Amino acid sequence: MELFERLLKGDLRAAGRLMSRAEAGAVEVRPTLGKIYKAAGKGHIVGLTGVPGSGKSTLVSKLVEAIREDGRKVGVIAIDPSSPFSGGSILGDRIRMSNLAMDDGVYIRSMATRGSTGGLARSALAAVDILDAAGFDIIIIETVGVGQDEVEIARASHSVLVVSAPGLGDDVQAIKAGILEIADIHVVSKCDRADANRTITDLKTMLAMGITVSMKNMNDKPLWQVPVVGTSSETGEGIRSLLETIDRHRDVHRSSALGPQRLRRIAEYRTFKTAEDLLRGRFFASTSERVAAMVERISRRELDPFTASDELMSNVAL
Amino acid sequence: MSSPIRVLLAKVGLDGHDRGVKVVARTLRDAGMDVIYTGLHRTPEEVVYSAIQEDVDVLGISLLSGAHMTICPKIMKLLKEQGAEDTIVVVGGVVPDEDVAPLKEMGVKELLLQDTPPNQIVETLENLVAERGPR
Ligand code: B12
Ligand SMILES: Nc1nc2c(ncn2[C@@H]2O[C@H](COP(=O)(O)OP(=O)(O)OP(=O)(O)O)[C@@H](O)[C@H]2O)c(=O)[nH]1
Ligand SMILES: [Mg+2]
Repeated sequence: MELFERLLKGDLRAAGRLMSRAEAGAVEVRPTLGKIYKAAGKGHIVGLTGVPGSGKSTLVSKLVEAIREDGRKVGVIAIDPSSPFSGGSILGDRIRMSNLAMDDGVYIRSMATRGSTGGLARSALAAVDILDAAGFDIIIIETVGVGQDEVEIARASHSVLVVSAPGLGDDVQAIKAGILEIADIHVVSKCDRADANRTITDLKTMLAMGITVSMKNMNDKPLWQVPVVGTSSETGEGIRSLLETIDRHRDVHRSSALGPQRLRRIAEYRTFKTAEDLLRGRFFASTSERVAAMVERISRRELDPFTASDELMSNVAL
Repeated sequence: MSSPIRVLLAKVGLDGHDRGVKVVARTLRDAGMDVIYTGLHRTPEEVVYSAIQEDVDVLGISLLSGAHMTICPKIMKLLKEQGAEDTIVVVGGVVPDEDVAPLKEMGVKELLLQDTPPNQIVETLENLVAERGPR
């Protein structure tokens, strides 16, 4: 049987293999990924981001447990950065989720960012489709909230969770990274710690000042008001309430104009990203020799990069 | 376009020696591979499930506890049951000479024990994956 048919029957080995092929980015897999895209669309996609060490992976493992208690199936795509030097990576999110490994209703996949040119959006969102098509009800994407690609991928989901941890001036980091304003739901993690209340208050103050703009209904009341939910992965506090908030966000979206609006935005993002990925690949393939021939002159400042790229663009086979 | 070799590094059972496995993780990353580390105290079942979900090329088990002759057979059996016998299994750590042949017999592809230089670990994995070919 073909991998695609096996996937639709819920075969998880087929899912794993398809994700590897999507990540490798071979042209032959594109038609299959296209079929998978069309077969997907039932799952609820949750993007979860926050600064390094804010407790994302531990929280994901607790959320997964709560989702499983309801009997729902849940997939996780955990993304960690690649080394900028070797391109390799150590993917450590799974360590925090090891208690979940033994259950067919849970699928965890680790993925590396592979720098900015490697089509992270393509492979991560294809992996989400694969789990969606295999019948997973909720798919969580964990990304570190630094770097444009990582933040954009969290945004390409139905519910965006931004995790802030108390202390350490994390809030400043998060503000710098520009991730606070993308949240549909703010999570303050590690609420077993004494300083958590301050973080919650800070976030609420910021929200009250209206930093986030949201779509209004006819009575001019926002359809969704961004909540702040405190959680502790140590005590379990707030985990159930966070899951309820996610479900509520899903329901508001599915029953209002917000949902279709967001789905179109995600569709646009994916289309551009997928095309960009193709374009970049073909551009490099068809220009690398000519670029190699030019660099010597450019480095000696006999030729400039602007003229050189005009030349490349004017006769490139895309 | 092809992606890096994917490796799952696992510590199984009560074995708390993790110095070696962390050295290996960095070595492989620096050689451009994607390394998924499971952390300490995993069960053979957890390791095999993880290897399948992650669809790794190589499952590397680090064993310094002396329990390799009970742990390895379990892992090989589970991989077969799950239809994942195309996973390349290698073992590192402390294993006495007389156990090397029986482990290879049950399907462990290579043993990379104490004082194996980093480049030899990298080359061995690259060769094993090349021998297996695309899948
Ligand atoms: C350091 C050490 C400890 C440290 C561990 C610290 C840590 N966090 O790792 C401490 C002090 C905690 C410790 C405790 C114990 N230890 Co101790 N320990 C050692 C020692 C001296 C060195 C191990 C080491 O770190 N080597 C350095 C690393 C870099 O080398 P490595 O692990 O071998 O890894 C290399 C290769 O094996 C390979 N490799 C390793 N894993 C993998 C995986 C893959 C996939 C690949 C490809 C390659 C690979 O690559 C690495 C680089 O070449 C060894 C003796 C020895 N010479 O091995 C004993 C030794 C392993 N310990 C031993 C024992 C008995 C214990 C204790 C039970 C002692 C006790 N009674 O309390 C406890 C058990 C703790 C536990 N919970 O497991 C015995 C094990 C005997 C056996 N296997 O039958 C040994 C062999 C000592 C001995 N000769 O008796 N130990
Ligand atoms: N006190 C307390 N510590 C926590 C909690 N959740 C996580 N931690 C600790 O915070 C540290 C980071 O946790 P992770 O879950 O790995 O954080 P992360 O955001 O996934 O980290 P990266 O993936 O590296 O960005 C670990 O040491 C955890 O034990 C919590 O609820 N309470
Ligand atoms: Mg993490």
